[in-house]
Amino acid sequence: MKETKKYWKGVEQLENTADFQDRASKEFPEYLPINGGENGDPSRRDFLKMMGFGVAAVSLAACEAPIRKAIPYVNKPVDVDPGVANYYASTYAMGNDVASVVVKTREGRPIKIEGNDLSMISEGGTTTQVESSVLSLYDGERLQNPKIAGEDTDWETIDGRIKTELAANAGKVSIVSYSNCSPSTARAIQALRDKYGDVEHIQYDPVSVSGLLDAYGDATGARSFPMHDFSKASTIVSISADFLGAWPNQALNNKQFASTRKLGPDKKEMSRLYAFESNLSLTGSNADYRSPIAPSQEGLVVANLYNLVAQKAGAATIGASRLEDTVMLEKAANDLWKSRGKALVVSGSNDKNVQLLVIAINDLLQSYGSTIDLSKSINTRQGNDNSFAQLVSDVKGGAVGSVIFYNCNPAYDHPMGAQLVSSLGKVKTTISTSDRMDETNSSVKYITPDHHYLESWNDFEPVTGHITLSQPTIKNIFNTRQAQESFLRWADNDASYYEFIKEGWQPFADGDVTSFFDKCLHDGFYNVDAPAADKTVSVDAVVVAGNLKGYSAKPSGLELAIYTNYSVGDGTQANNPWLQEMPDPITKACWDNYFTVNLRQASENDWAVKGGDMDYKVATLTVNGKSVTAPVIPQPGQAYGTVGLAVGYGRTKAGKVGNGVGVNAYTLVGSSDNGLSYSAKNATLDLTGEVKKVAQTQTSQTYAGRETVIQETTLGEYQKDPQAGRNFPMISKADGSKVRPHAVSLWKGHEYPNHHWGMIVDLNSCTGCGTCTVACQTENNIPVVGKEEVLNRREMHWIRIDRYYSERPENELTSDDKNLMEVKQKELAAVENPEVTFQPMMCQQCNNAPCETVCPVAATTHSSEGLNQMTYNRCIGTRYCANNCPYKVRRFNWFKYHDNAKFDMNTPMNNDLGKMVLNPDVTVRARGVMEKCTFCVQRIQSGKLDAKKEGRRPQDGEIQTACAKSCPTDALVFGDMKDPESRISKTLKLKYSEKSVEATEDRAYHVLEELRVMPNVWYMTKVRNKDKNDKIEA
Amino acid sequence: MLLLYAFDLKSSEYMFKTTPNLTKIFLGIAFGIFTTMSLNAQEIPTDESVVAAGEATFNANCTQCHRIWEVRIGPALNGVSERRSVEWLNSWIKNSQALIASGDEEAVALYEEYDKTLMQAFPFSDDQVMEILAYIKAETAKGPPAEDTTATTAEGEGDSISSSYLMSIIIILVVVLGLAVVALIIAARTLVRHLKDAKGLDEAEQEVVSQQFDVSAFLKSNNFVGLVVFVFTILVLKTLIDGAFTIGVQQGYQPEQPIAFSHEIHAGQYEIDCQYCHTGVNKSKSANIPSPNICMNCHTQVKTESEEIQKIYAAIDYDPETKTYGTNTKPIEWVRIHNLPDLAYFNHSQHVNVADLECETCHGPIKEMEVVYQYSSLTMGWCINCHRDTDVNTKGNEYYDKLVKLHSEQSKEPMKVEDIGGLECAKCHY
Repeated sequence: MKETKKYWKGVEQLENTADFQDRASKEFPEYLPINGGENGDPSRRDFLKMMGFGVAAVSLAACEAPIRKAIPYVNKPVDVDPGVANYYASTYAMGNDVASVVVKTREGRPIKIEGNDLSMISEGGTTTQVESSVLSLYDGERLQNPKIAGEDTDWETIDGRIKTELAANAGKVSIVSYSNCSPSTARAIQALRDKYGDVEHIQYDPVSVSGLLDAYGDATGARSFPMHDFSKASTIVSISADFLGAWPNQALNNKQFASTRKLGPDKKEMSRLYAFESNLSLTGSNADYRSPIAPSQEGLVVANLYNLVAQKAGAATIGASRLEDTVMLEKAANDLWKSRGKALVVSGSNDKNVQLLVIAINDLLQSYGSTIDLSKSINTRQGNDNSFAQLVSDVKGGAVGSVIFYNCNPAYDHPMGAQLVSSLGKVKTTISTSDRMDETNSSVKYITPDHHYLESWNDFEPVTGHITLSQPTIKNIFNTRQAQESFLRWADNDASYYEFIKEGWQPFADGDVTSFFDKCLHDGFYNVDAPAADKTVSVDAVVVAGNLKGYSAKPSGLELAIYTNYSVGDGTQANNPWLQEMPDPITKACWDNYFTVNLRQASENDWAVKGGDMDYKVATLTVNGKSVTAPVIPQPGQAYGTVGLAVGYGRTKAGKVGNGVGVNAYTLVGSSDNGLSYSAKNATLDLTGEVKKVAQTQTSQTYAGRETVIQETTLGEYQKDPQAGRNFPMISKADGSKVRPHAVSLWKGHEYPNHHWGMIVDLNSCTGCGTCTVACQTENNIPVVGKEEVLNRREMHWIRIDRYYSERPENELTSDDKNLMEVKQKELAAVENPEVTFQPMMCQQCNNAPCETVCPVAATTHSSEGLNQMTYNRCIGTRYCANNCPYKVRRFNWFKYHDNAKFDMNTPMNNDLGKMVLNPDVTVRARGVMEKCTFCVQRIQSGKLDAKKEGRRPQDGEIQTACAKSCPTDALVFGDMKDPESRISKTLKLKYSEKSVEATEDRAYHVLEELRVMPNVWYMTKVRNKDKNDKIEA
Repeated sequence: MLLLYAFDLKSSEYMFKTTPNLTKIFLGIAFGIFTTMSLNAQEIPTDESVVAAGEATFNANCTQCHRIWEVRIGPALNGVSERRSVEWLNSWIKNSQALIASGDEEAVALYEEYDKTLMQAFPFSDDQVMEILAYIKAETAKGPPAEDTTATTAEGEGDSISSSYLMSIIIILVVVLGLAVVALIIAARTLVRHLKDAKGLDEAEQEVVSQQFDVSAFLKSNNFVGLVVFVFTILVLKTLIDGAFTIGVQQGYQPEQPIAFSHEIHAGQYEIDCQYCHTGVNKSKSANIPSPNICMNCHTQVKTESEEIQKIYAAIDYDPETKTYGTNTKPIEWVRIHNLPDLAYFNHSQHVNVADLECETCHGPIKEMEVVYQYSSLTMGWCINCHRDTDVNTKGNEYYDKLVKLHSEQSKEPMKVEDIGGLECAKCHY
């Protein structure tokens, strides 16, 4: 399998166009962006001008050094020492997501968010959204004052007027928000209700799971999103449920799922994941078996799966049209039944009936009480599509006297939002607490901007029984006020929200509430010991099947499938440049959304530009009378007949970074009596004739045929031979004998007397989420370069995740695929539904580093701790090192990205407010120097210093790189290879020879081992849980 | 630029509180009444190893307040074992407060003499006390050190001493050379005169003898012009290069500060520990410029009328009449003296806490500075030189144990910072 398997990074590589070959041969796609004289070359006069300016500048600089001030605190807070970081446990809460986090502050400024290891809702993991949220605090486009009808005002005035109006208005008060899981917020709203009587609270979710909640409401008697425990599942079937990329508690889902994928000498079993979906999602790309389906098939896939499982269970089957190709479903059903009690079926459908069938399947599989815990629910999703629809009709009918939009933006992220906003004229008092002049606020009279979560007190109960606390880590930057405090003021309650929360916590405290509260504040959460409610599900599948409507076995026409991507997410943080520049894990595109279409269909319909460079044809998609226009990207794995489009883009009033990026997919969400629908049939895609560039990060830089960068196998092979899938390159010596690369060397080697830092990347655990990329960007002051520069292939991320597609083994190809192959479209068959591998790639910290030998000024050198050091102040920018780097991980500063109006989207470096997020321990690099991953040397140095101050050796785990710390799946393990007790030493089973270190773990390999550059980063082979001799044929 | 963003966290009120170990007050010893207890003195050992051990303990624990030949916060200790009994010293060192409380006359007298400054209790063993006394005795026997070496000697001074020495040798050599040249010229002239008088010289020889040195021809000769141009070019180049090296080097930089704070008075005259104000020096990368609330610990009482102190009051909005604080505060904008470039990472705690360096090593005679100036050049060469010369302070620090062992297997020299990667780029540049 190894020899024949082919990997490719994108369609252009598969097609191997002339343009692609041309680019692949170059380290840098273009040369220095300095334009010379008229003919292009710098003239002699230019040279003299530059020279004269240079001399003048140097002499001026030499004359007088600028006077710099040192300004101490007037009154130094006891627990703040300039230069020493403080860490506070808190809770991330933006949009409708909540995560338990630890906030790192320096001199009172939050600069980094990390996961809270103690909390059971995140277990130390974070997501891209969480990592980025610290920059949203320093967003200069947040509102700086309360506003009445667009004019700045003060709190006293606005409170007075709001209170008068709320009391005088006839009709009810409607509070609209995303799902609220904060007990104290609910109490604050209750306080309003106590004062003004008829106060209703409408909750919705930008990406609704109302169908799932209603289904559990029918099946158990209470609407809830029960906790799924992926760590207990050995067979998982996902039908369009992107639980790794779009579900609530993503970080925990990733962690739990990855824990079932870890392999080692003591654990040779892993879970198996089946995915049936339209768009290639993060979950689908991690699946062992993936089948593309159209959204209109979802209901029948679930029904057919129900029947297959019911047959085995001896339960009654239901009437549902049989799908044509059920081979994969049968296989899935077999596996599910075999592992019943440890099986899990999840669906992403927002159709209550589909979800009810899924509940029925899980019930047959004995999932309740094992992989699904009915006593614990995820409270971050409570939205109800019907109550929102009711609100809209109430507003239209004039039944609502006042509306309070509490931190939500329905005009943008709800398909009925536009209707709601346009009829706001019938509401006497409109209030919003949003932090910026967003799409909804523009039609609102009173704006009382809320604090950012890093400035707020709050409590949340994201999972039943697990209450997390939020504490301010900075004083409010602007004249904002916590929304809950506003509610209390309007309810004539003068308590501070902090006191109000504490009061609510009184019942939990055994004695003194203050000391109890402080302890919880330190940990960040409190787990309530409540007896688990004994809940059961009951679903009459036959009745449900009768209600299943609108699904067809053989879909026709084009269907739209709306999804949430892992970078911008639901669009709440669309003005965050870190998220905008974070490439989508699958398409590797950033700064845009686009239609993803099937490759074969694209070629049939001529939707693709032939041989272009990130050029995509623009088309208008029309569905249910609404249309949007965006570029069309042929996407491997996309189901034939479907078009994918991500939400979160197309903001018009998010701020200068997010405005006008992409198109708004929420407008296409269908709404009917059955709730919202994120897919639609009978779509049309019409080319506009335009061609647009979409910035993608993985279109150049190939490994030029060296396919062994990915080494993978199947579980069966691995169980037989732990070295399965490994490649052992041999080097020919002069005498004709062949030896392993480490046996010959031109190099003298290094001695590492003290530490020897290294990293493991487990390809089997990595789900490709990209959280490490943002964590690294935050930690290391990596500039945002913007769409233009990404198009020029000058992105600066130090750690990237290479996404490789590969062909599925032939025995897995469907008959449809085989027909394609007969018509000599083997490539197309391969991309129809490829396997996906994610490979995080960062500086490999080679012991025999090729970059070091070519630097003419010794700006990159080797340290006695195994680090490949990059000294910015010595670098003169020859870029020889990048040319000589086999891993292509060096990044060149083509421009001055800080204090440069041309890069004003790079907000962390271009205004005083944004700069507060910069890590003061890391240099902001100048134009013309090379940079790359340093293994977070600032963290290593600081960890060592802490140990020295205490007169001890650093403990394993104490020193962590930002990427390893953020990784929700523990795919990245960093540590000291000289410490025999460290996790890395034990996992790799290191063997030390005189001047080198070898890993004896069977799965560990070096990328491009044949080059003998001896990296300090080890990769562990990818193992897919596939049966060796699948005969999957119709 | 060290901009300290004065955002206060959860609460807006902070207590005036400093780290307790910094406010520890030290106790002094005085020379009171003469008592000759020579018998006891004889018991003090004189072994070299004991003296060495005593020196280490003394330097680690006592030098904050004591010197052998000099009165600091506490008295000079020369001959202390002559003046007091070993038992008395033993109990005094271990717990002076108990001794004072017991009403011991000598102890009380000493306490009074040194302005009721308490000496902290040291948990030494009897042997350790004997070692310290042995060291003090050995130092006493050596006699007071020469005047110029008592102060903390800085590298720069050492250099100038040796160079002036060199200079005098050169001057002597030049004088000797000059005399020799004069003697040679006189000899040559005499010889020429004799040859002119001599007979029997042929024409060629005659010409050589009567040759005149033509100065103007020499000055115009290519050789001479070339030499002058060469020397001139070298000199210009040297000046330029030397000048280039001083770009950005602000050694001696002594800006005027918004408040005329004198280190000479505070650190010198009153011997206030540096860490009392520079609280970050042991735990942070920056030593911290004290916030005015630290000043107020004393200046609510001391020199309240002074014009300079009024500036502190203005900054912290303190009303000396009513002794109350207002809210109209504005931070003091000190002019930063030591400016490392942003590309260099420096951490005070590494040097002061881990390496146990004295502040004066880099900051110079700070206790004599009325107005602080930049004493060291703060160039990379200066850092590197120190890392080459300085032994790593490995004592009692488990972090270094394995490194010391490895080093001692390979070398007999003490382990320098350089030997454990102290010259590597990424130690300071990242």
